[in-house]
Amino acid sequence: MGELEGFYALWYREIKVFTREKSRIVSSLFTPLLWIVVFGGGLGSAISLGGVNYQVFIFPGILTMTILFSSVFFGLYIVWDKKIDFFKEVLVAPLSRTTIFAGKMVGGSIDALLQGCAMLLFGVLLGINYTVVALAISFVFMFILASALVSLGLIIGSNMESVEGFQLIVSFLVFPMFFFSGALFPIKNLPTYLLVFTALDPVTYALDGLRGTLLGTSQLPVALNLVILACFAAVMVAIGTWSFGRLK
Amino acid sequence: MALTLAVETEHLTKRYGELNAVTDLNVTIDEGEIFGLLGPNGAGKTTTLSMLSTLLKPTEGTARVNGYDVISRPADVRRSIGIVFQDPSSDDILTGRENLYLHALMFGVPKNERDQRIDHVLGLVDLRDRQDDIVKKYSGGMRRRLELARGLLHNPRTLFLDEPTLGLDPQTREHIWAYIENLVDSEKVTVIITTHYMEEADRLCNRVAIIDHGKVVALDKPSALKSTVGGDVIRLSVRAPRIDQLKTLDYILSIDQTGSTVRLTVKDASKHLQEILGIVGEADAVEVRTATLNDVFLHYTGREIREESGEGGIFERIARVRSAH
Repeated sequence: MGELEGFYALWYREIKVFTREKSRIVSSLFTPLLWIVVFGGGLGSAISLGGVNYQVFIFPGILTMTILFSSVFFGLYIVWDKKIDFFKEVLVAPLSRTTIFAGKMVGGSIDALLQGCAMLLFGVLLGINYTVVALAISFVFMFILASALVSLGLIIGSNMESVEGFQLIVSFLVFPMFFFSGALFPIKNLPTYLLVFTALDPVTYALDGLRGTLLGTSQLPVALNLVILACFAAVMVAIGTWSFGRLK
Repeated sequence: MALTLAVETEHLTKRYGELNAVTDLNVTIDEGEIFGLLGPNGAGKTTTLSMLSTLLKPTEGTARVNGYDVISRPADVRRSIGIVFQDPSSDDILTGRENLYLHALMFGVPKNERDQRIDHVLGLVDLRDRQDDIVKKYSGGMRRRLELARGLLHNPRTLFLDEPTLGLDPQTREHIWAYIENLVDSEKVTVIITTHYMEEADRLCNRVAIIDHGKVVALDKPSALKSTVGGDVIRLSVRAPRIDQLKTLDYILSIDQTGSTVRLTVKDASKHLQEILGIVGEADAVEVRTATLNDVFLHYTGREIREESGEGGIFERIARVRSAH
């Protein structure tokens, strides 16, 4: 009972913050839109891939990117919470660390999911026809991807002492995860060196699943993508719970 | 109710590698006391508080808080204490009331009591008319008051205050002191306060433990501590003080000289001032006062506590600046 209310409290806080910081939502959607409109539109005037216009082709990729960036950053943000003592108030509460982690993780995932939904609306403008089933499966992919990546961010954030390392993580983790995922190109006939990284990148499977669901073209069966992604998420959540357990 | 102990520490020790942050701390704090941990920055006050509030595990020894052992029953300890941290720990994107609501959820305040408790603590710190404002719009003092209210929300038996007036202007500091005194009367809590402000310890605390380098060097009522200095303090600014001649006077208990500044501890200072001035040489400035806790600290450690010395890294300072407006 107490743990459940604590979980709700942490989640409630994230939703409040999300609805109150409207400028943050707008700015977090702006970059993905630039990619779709400028990059996708520009290149799309010349090429089409997988039987669809390039702009439509990269749409699932940019949707994934929105989730990727907002999830990892959400998790990393606890470095700041730790610094300004805000997080101590949470840590000193009579709640288990598992509950605190779960509250943060679900709060952040819903945060990212809502941003993903906003992106999906733009898909309509690109002429993508959503079926109810496709939307439902997309939500599942987006939520699992978000919970894996929020956990990843929380793991890194809970082990970091200062915000100085942020840029390093963006350069060496977040951007590679985006580029290797095949967000901008089909992963069918890649040279081996690229294929290795692409196969190692967990985001690849979320993206392939989403592309299969929304556009009907994927390299792996959608169900297999879901299983691989879910395994990655399970590992991240497990490590995250453990990391929070040893948080000072 | 039988008199019980709010806090009892047994050989409480925290080491970070070679550094002894807190060494073999043995104190008992009665229920209903305002107990002060006074010492300079880095003396181990916050570390002690962190161990008592179960945020840090002791390297050796243990402590009981409200009857619960901090090592074997941390959850019970947490439920029975309130804590106000040194740096702002309220969420500045939420309103005052929302902050309290979250705290009520996390600390398991029963649903049917929540609103009533929140109203009650908001009343205690006079924040009812600002409860629906976002905390970002609060002044530093208001934010402190909100955090005091939050610390009391779940009816704790012991309230920990870590440097409750750090970074506040003198007037706001006075206000916060008045609030703390009121809370102790009306809420019947034990209050444990860390501070490096002598005046704060003197004004608020029933008993004070003076801490230096992780050790308690003195522990008593402020008045008793001050009497250990043995007299009044005279501070003189003299270009060429005749120290040797002062040493012959038996009513002078101690002499410290730093350049042209001479600090004397004297029995019955007002009676002997004339004679001292006659002996020491031409003085540019003279100050006579009764002993303060600062003199006590000097007496035990040979150093003064420097007030307002900068503390912490850039983030603490940012947080403080952010809370100021």
